This record gives sequence, structure tokens and C-alpha cells, in this order.
Amino acid sequence: MILYLLCFTLLLVGLYGILTKRDLIKIILSASIMGYATNLLLILFAYRNGSIFPILRKGVETMPMVDPLPQALVLTSIVIELGTTALLVALALKLFQKYKTYDITKIRKLSG
Amino acid sequence: MDNKSGMTIIVKTITRITVPTIILYGCYIIFHGHLTPGGGFAGGVIIALALLNVMIAFGRKFTNNWLNINFLEKLESISATLFLILGILGFLISSAFLFNFINHGELFRLLSAGTIPVLNIIIGIEVAMSLFLVVWVLAGLKLDKGEEL
Amino acid sequence: MILPLFIIIPLLSAFLIAIVSGKKDNFANGLSIISALLLLFGAIYNFITQNQEVIIYKIGNWDAPIGINLVQDSLTIFMLIIVGLISLTSLIYSRQYIRYISTDWKYYSLFMFLITGMNGVIITGDLFNLYVFMEIALLSTYALVAYGGKAEEFEASFKYAIMGIVSSTFILVGIAITYSATSTLTLAKIAEQIPHINTKIVYLVGGIFLMGFGLKAAIIPFHTWLPDAHSSAPAPISAMLSGVMIKVLGIYAIIRIFYNIFGAPEFFLNIFMILGVISILIAGFLAITQWDMKRLLAYSSISQIGYILLGLGIGSTLGILGAVFHIFNHAIFKSLLFYNAGSVEMTTETRDLKKMGNLKKLMPVTSKTSMIASLAISGIPPFNGFFSKLIIIIAAIQSGHPILAALAVIGSIQTLAALLKVQRFGFHSENKTEVTENKTSFGMKFAMITLAFLCFAGAILIIPGIREVTLDPIVEVIKNNGEYMNMVLGR
Repeated sequence: MILYLLCFTLLLVGLYGILTKRDLIKIILSASIMGYATNLLLILFAYRNGSIFPILRKGVETMPMVDPLPQALVLTSIVIELGTTALLVALALKLFQKYKTYDITKIRKLSG
Repeated sequence: MDNKSGMTIIVKTITRITVPTIILYGCYIIFHGHLTPGGGFAGGVIIALALLNVMIAFGRKFTNNWLNINFLEKLESISATLFLILGILGFLISSAFLFNFINHGELFRLLSAGTIPVLNIIIGIEVAMSLFLVVWVLAGLKLDKGEEL
Repeated sequence: MILPLFIIIPLLSAFLIAIVSGKKDNFANGLSIISALLLLFGAIYNFITQNQEVIIYKIGNWDAPIGINLVQDSLTIFMLIIVGLISLTSLIYSRQYIRYISTDWKYYSLFMFLITGMNGVIITGDLFNLYVFMEIALLSTYALVAYGGKAEEFEASFKYAIMGIVSSTFILVGIAITYSATSTLTLAKIAEQIPHINTKIVYLVGGIFLMGFGLKAAIIPFHTWLPDAHSSAPAPISAMLSGVMIKVLGIYAIIRIFYNIFGAPEFFLNIFMILGVISILIAGFLAITQWDMKRLLAYSSISQIGYILLGLGIGSTLGILGAVFHIFNHAIFKSLLFYNAGSVEMTTETRDLKKMGNLKKLMPVTSKTSMIASLAISGIPPFNGFFSKLIIIIAAIQSGHPILAALAVIGSIQTLAALLKVQRFGFHSENKTEVTENKTSFGMKFAMITLAFLCFAGAILIIPGIREVTLDPIVEVIKNNGEYMNMVLGR
């Protein structure tokens, strides 16, 4: 149980960072932390006590294995996060080109 | 070779030795994707990192001459299209998209598992190209020439 | 059997555009219009041949709990037709409009990815696959919102992307908890397991999903990204975002998860009703105060989403009928209004209503179609918007919520006031502008006239006789929420 709570805390750390930080790059890092917390949660859900990694090997008898599906999901979600983060970094760099700053309190051209 | 751009001669020499090995290792990970941990995505990332290693050590200009960036951009789209075409082939053969239509072969053999190794190779190319190009483009953005507002 | 083609066609054309196109956008535009046409015809073909039965398609011939399956029922086809229709007109409209920004093929490639993502969300029968397709659609819209390359657009896109990531992360957490509780990701199998698991977990997962998909649908406490993103994007993309995207990623996903999987628990329906009314009133009020034409329209979108949510929350047959009909109607007239705003912006080079004026003579087509759309969205009788709003209000009264019905009527008056402001200051004011040249091209006019015609023709769907074929099967899918599970699992 404590592991799940810690995982949830990590998620909240990311959310806190997104809500309070004023630097674009720190916001992006916080978004990544949220993603990592979710991936960790998925891996934790897949874990079964006393079982091995889910790969068949030659000449080794089958044993109880951890659930391989969440691991596949994590791989997919890592790829998605990679794409999103790359796009966010590109946007942040473009914003820096326009405004010469990473501070979101100074990036205010939109009304409301 | 242009000695002024990039890092020192030590880094360049080491890079020249290690990069082929890294690429070879990436290929190994891709080709054994259906047998061992790893596969297209992991191997593709390794290859992309090897190419980025060259970019960091030798500079953008040298890498631009060494690699044909336009071709890499096309290659990325072509590999994605190939993936789709394999899926459509399965669609045509058994009316199920991405159907595994090649003989599955024996377990634990390198040439087994039907279309999966082929798809792994395609994914490997796709991931390597796209990851390399993402960092390439981002590194190319000039931050000093911003417009003052 | 043509179900996977709804993903294959746009995806293939996106990659072909990237490979074949050189510097020019002619090929890209032609190919994307052809594939949008194919998608629309495919959806209509499915509508004609379906016979109100559920079709399951197994990817790679794997059975349901192991492989991913695609599911087609009446609701799916309905959403596919909306996506096909709006994306086709949007692409025809883009041909001239996007050339003012750049003559690049990348726009069309991204547009096809957007269609891929939305079609995928609609036809998938797997919870995680829904998430993946949702991310494909979102990633391409982040880029498309910033396509104009101005500072405000990057700012809006960044804000949108951060909100999108937060909501997607929460959706993924919800998926993870669902998987750990039910040990499956197939929607129908989850629906089968839901009665057997702890009710607290259902409420926890429901809350997380409500937040995640509520952010995508821009329901009021989660709406802050929408006015920026929808007003900064190029006009055809605004039309796609406001007309289709918030409905597919928000409302459609909410319908599938809360109605077909969770079996429409009373608790969540009440929340939908309250959030719907709050969205109608607050967004309607905010819309009146805006002077930026596209921002005004964006706020009005939130208020119309409120109507759909109110109709869904009432939960009676009539309420759901109104909600489903309003999804269709709102897609048509809101896209039309954004096309109008786009052609006004292209001609006058401003979105500020104070600086416009007297465009009635200069842009006859734009001004007339925008008049039709304004009347339709405000609920004036011969147009389609009247019927859907009337049905929702009657349903609210019938189910014993007269206060909600009264508030919905007030919201309708707010919409009328906001849209009259656009008409009064944008097209009919005395203010003389220096613009003398109407830059609206034939393609843009064609897209606007088509949708304006559908504002009239859409009302036909509600006539008894036609309604039994078109809208009633969809209401049936949502109302008999257990039926989805039985049909998909083949019982």
C-alpha cells in the first residue's frame, strides 16, 4: 500500500510543479514527472509477488510470471510522452525566440 | 575534416571507434526483438543516440555532409508507410489487419515469429530516424536571434 | 469489413503526403480531399448497410480479451459521418485559407493525423487503444494550433498542450486502476466486470475519468484552455476543434465510458446535469463580454457543450435524443461560424468586432451564411438548432427539473445576444472599413454554403419516420447501456 501512496505522491509532485512553477522548462519537467508516476503505477499493478519476468527462455521451465500487458502499455505511453515532450520543448524554444524569456508571467499576449 | 567545429581530437577519435559498435549493438537489439528483451523501439533509440553522438562530437556541419538529412526525412515516412503496407497485406490475405501471414517457424530461432521481426526492423528505422531528426531540428533552432517585443 | 479502412486511409495518405510532396501543396490538398471524401462515403455506406447490428472487427485475428477489436454500432457511424462531413468541408476551405499562412504540405499531413486519431477513438473497442488514438489526435492539434507561427499562437498551443498532458495523465491513471480492478482493457469485458467490483473503485475511476475527459470536452471548471486554443488556431482547424474534436474526445468518450461501461450511475448523471447548466450559464455570459470574434465563438462552444451534457445527464430517452441531435447540429453551425470568422479575418485582417463593419455588401455569401448559422445556434424555429434545444428543454421539464429548463432557456437567450453582437458589429454596423477587396475564394464559399444548407436540412432528421432510422438507434445504444456489452461479446 505504501508504494501506491508514494507513487500517488509523485504524481502530485508533478501536478504541483505544473501549477506553481513559472519557468517553461520546469513546467515541461513537471509534466514528465507526472508521466513517470503513471508509468510506475502501471508497473506496480503488474507486479505479482515471487514471480519472474515474462519472457520464455530455452531450456528453462515456465514459472509464475508478472503481468506483461502493463509493461507493453508503459512502453507505448513512454513513446507518447517522448513525442509530447519533444513538441513541448519545440514550443518552448519558439516562445523563447519570440519573447526572449522562459518566464510565463512575462509571456502574456493573449487576453484573458 | 574540419577540425575547428565540434569537440577535441580525443572525443572525435573515441567517437569514431565507438559509434559503429553502438550502431551494431542497436541492430542486434532490433533483430533479436522477438526473442530477447528489447525490440524495435529500444534498438531504434540506441541507433539514434549513436547518430546524435556524431552530431555532438563533430558538429552539425560535418554531420550534415556525412548524412543526407532530406533522405532521412523521407526514410522516416517510408518506413511508416511500409508498416502500414504490411498491415494491409495481412488485410488482403486474411481480411484481418496486421495478420501474421508468414510461417511462424520454430520457437527460439532467429528466423521465426512470422512478420514480427520484419515489423521490428521497420519500427527500428522509424524510431531511429524520428528521434534523431527531432533532436536535430531542436538543436538547429537559433535562440540568440529572437525578436524583441 | 471496411471498418479498419477508417484508420488506414487517413494514416496512409498522411505518410504519402510526406513522401511524395515537394515544395508545393497541390498534391497534398488533392489527396487529403480525396481521402476525406472516401471516409465520408465509407461512413454513409456503413450507415446504409448496417441494419442496426453491431459489427466486431478483430485486428490480426486475435479474439477479444487478447487482441484489440474495433466495434461499429449506430453511435459509431453517426460520429464517423460527422467527422467525415466537417473534415471534408474544412479541407475544401483550407485550400485557399492556408495559402495565406504558408504553402506547405505539413498542414495536410497533420490534418490527416488528426482525422486518424478521431476515427480511431470512435471505432476502437479497447480502453488503452482509445487513449493512444486520443494522443495522436491531440499531438497533431498541438502542432496545428501553432501553425500560424505568431507569438500568441505558440502561447495558446503551449497552454493547450500542458492542459492536454495533465488530462491525459489522469486518464491513464484511470485506465491503470480500471485494469487492476477488472484485469481487462476491452470495453465490453470491463462492462461485464463492473457489477462485481467494489462500488468505491467505480466512483474513484469515474471521478478521474470525469476530470480527464471533462478537460477534453471543456466543461466549465476545466475550460480555461479552450478559448485560447480555439481562437488562435487557423479557421479550418478552429472549426475541426470546436465542431468535432471536443465532441469526439470529450462527449463521445464520456458516453462510452459512463453509459455503456459503467451503466449510467445516477450519481454521475446528476453531476453531468449540474456541470451542464453551469457551463451553459457561465460560458454564455463570458461569450457576450468578448470583442474578439473567434473568442466569442469559442466561449459559445462551451455553452453548447453544456446543452449536450445537460441532455445526457437527464438520462431519459427524450434528453438523450436532444443531446445526440445537438451534437450533430452544433458540429454544423459552429464550423460554419468559424469559417465565416476565418473569411472575415482574411479580408479585414482583424478579429476585433469594433474594427469591422459594413461587410454586408462586400461579403454577401459570408454575411448571409453567418446570419443563418447565428439564427440556428440561437434556436430560431425553422433551423435545426431550435429542435435540439427544444427537445432538451422539454426533457428537462418532463423529468421534473423545471429550474434547469428555465436556466437552459436563459442560456439560449445569452447565445442569441452574443451572436447578435457578431451580426450587429461585424456585418451590419455603420462603421466604414477601408477594405474593398473580398478575398473569399470559391472553395471557401462552397464550404460555407454546404453547411448553411445543412442548417436547414438537418432539421429533417427529427421528423418522425426519418427519426426512427437515423437518431433513434443511437438513442437506443446509449439508453440500453447493457446491450453494448452483450452485443460485443456475442450473446
